[in-house]
Amino acid sequence: MIELEGLTKRYGEKVAVKDLTFTVRPGIITGFLGPNGAGKSTTMRMILGLDHPTAGDVRIDGTRYDRLKDPLTCIGALLEAKGVHPGRSAYNHLLCLAQSNGIPRQRVHEVLDTVGLTAVARKKAKGFSLGMGQRLGIAAALLGDPRILMFDEPVNGLDPEGIHWIRTLMKSLAAQGRTVFVSSHLMSEMALTADHLVVIGQGRLLADTSMAEFIERNSRSYVRVRSPQRERLLDALRQAGVTAVESGDGALEVDGSKAEYIGELAARQQLVLHELSPQQASLEEAFMRLTAESVEYHAHTGTGTPAPPRQQWGESWKKG
Amino acid sequence: MAATQVVRSEWTKIRSVASTVWTLSLAVVVTIALGMLISALSKNEFETMSARDRLSFDPTFISFAGMSLGQLAMIVFGVLVVSNEYSTGMIRASLAAVPRRGTFLLSKLAVATALALVVSMATSFATFFLGQAMLGEHKASLGDDGVLRAVIGGGLYMTLIALFSMGVAAMLRSPMLSLGILMPFFFLISNILGNVDATKKVGQFLPDQAGSRIMQVVTPLDDDTPYGPWGGLGIMALWVIAAVVGGYVLLKRRDAQ
Repeated sequence: MIELEGLTKRYGEKVAVKDLTFTVRPGIITGFLGPNGAGKSTTMRMILGLDHPTAGDVRIDGTRYDRLKDPLTCIGALLEAKGVHPGRSAYNHLLCLAQSNGIPRQRVHEVLDTVGLTAVARKKAKGFSLGMGQRLGIAAALLGDPRILMFDEPVNGLDPEGIHWIRTLMKSLAAQGRTVFVSSHLMSEMALTADHLVVIGQGRLLADTSMAEFIERNSRSYVRVRSPQRERLLDALRQAGVTAVESGDGALEVDGSKAEYIGELAARQQLVLHELSPQQASLEEAFMRLTAESVEYHAHTGTGTPAPPRQQWGESWKKG
Repeated sequence: MAATQVVRSEWTKIRSVASTVWTLSLAVVVTIALGMLISALSKNEFETMSARDRLSFDPTFISFAGMSLGQLAMIVFGVLVVSNEYSTGMIRASLAAVPRRGTFLLSKLAVATALALVVSMATSFATFFLGQAMLGEHKASLGDDGVLRAVIGGGLYMTLIALFSMGVAAMLRSPMLSLGILMPFFFLISNILGNVDATKKVGQFLPDQAGSRIMQVVTPLDDDTPYGPWGGLGIMALWVIAAVVGGYVLLKRRDAQ
């Protein structure tokens, strides 16, 4: 379990992380979502005691990070930057980390095998591709067989096979009852892996909720209806007091009604339907709306620097 | 977390990068080779020397002449051992594994200093014996007054140079910045300050000038140095302590990047 309490990081005037309070629980994958520059990596570095918080604190299973005995056996982390000496072999890189925490040598071979780097274990890290570097970082995180795992943008640089592998790995780690905390700027990636979501924007907590609840609360659900007798259908809906909007491709989008109700309504009027499907706005839309709201909020109430224009927020995560 | 674990880890780190081997080899080869060359040249010059110069002829100190250049490789060793952590980003993994930063730094410095001490002592004895062999009939022997002190002192001097560089690198973090300051400092600035009359008084207290006093057996005639061989080494040790403490304080306070 990771507990953050009023965690704040200020670099001079700039506030990178502001008053974050949330708990990352065991047994599930908690996604840590936010646009680039929202403060995710800074938060993770503070969790590991690498950056000193300006205020607030972090507890790892109730203990301060620097009080942990052999921290790698308690929490393993993959950080965004590669962080390997290019002249050192993958084996020696892991060995020196293992030795510092009293982890047996045999475990180095095991994690190299787990991430599929056994064949290149004695090769210098400078010859590694981005994906191999990422795998080496994951091996280091797994080294101490920790109860808590933290991954900062783990799919970066991985090929589709590698992405599938890391998703499966994270799910199996969570299924073993471990705490898995993974950051991403991609909502779609989170939707495939996370059970719980912590969303931040501009260093502030925007949401701390289960994935299902997040979808429920933040996405618009509507019914998509297509009919060759479009005008008659519109009349029927209007008479029933249901508002429908036309979507670009000739279909109608009906908010706030169940598909069954619209189907029965059409049947009573003997209208032919070519499509009747409940829809949910994508998670990406929900995420964009949430972060956009945070920008609006700052734009209206902010006394300091003006917030960046709204479309920038969308751009930053769309790119990935 | 036991300090022995961290020491073992640091030993793995230091032995698994090529820069350790080439910097230390270079320090050994340059110190010995240049020491032999200058010893050989001095032997030939002895005949043409004035009586005054012959009085202050110091065969032990001459055989250590290569150290002025060899110490530069030792500086590179010291700087790279520490700053590699920062230039590669390894520091984040290292400090996540060993969050007690004092334990981390002291273990790293202990391992690197122990290695530097072994190499430096071997180099110092080798350069003395090979240098004396070049000097022929003018040679000093290990049993002569003050010679053993000078040879052991030579090994300590090189070790302290490496440790000083580690402390400076811990403060500055960047290898280029550290080398960019230390190299010209030891190779040029210290020499200039030491040889210009106006600044000589200051130059005497710089780490390398104070420390190298321990390698002198015969005191020059016009010598007005206000400290003896061990006093000089003590002054150097104070510089080293200041650098290491500075490195520790900054490591403790800064974010790890």
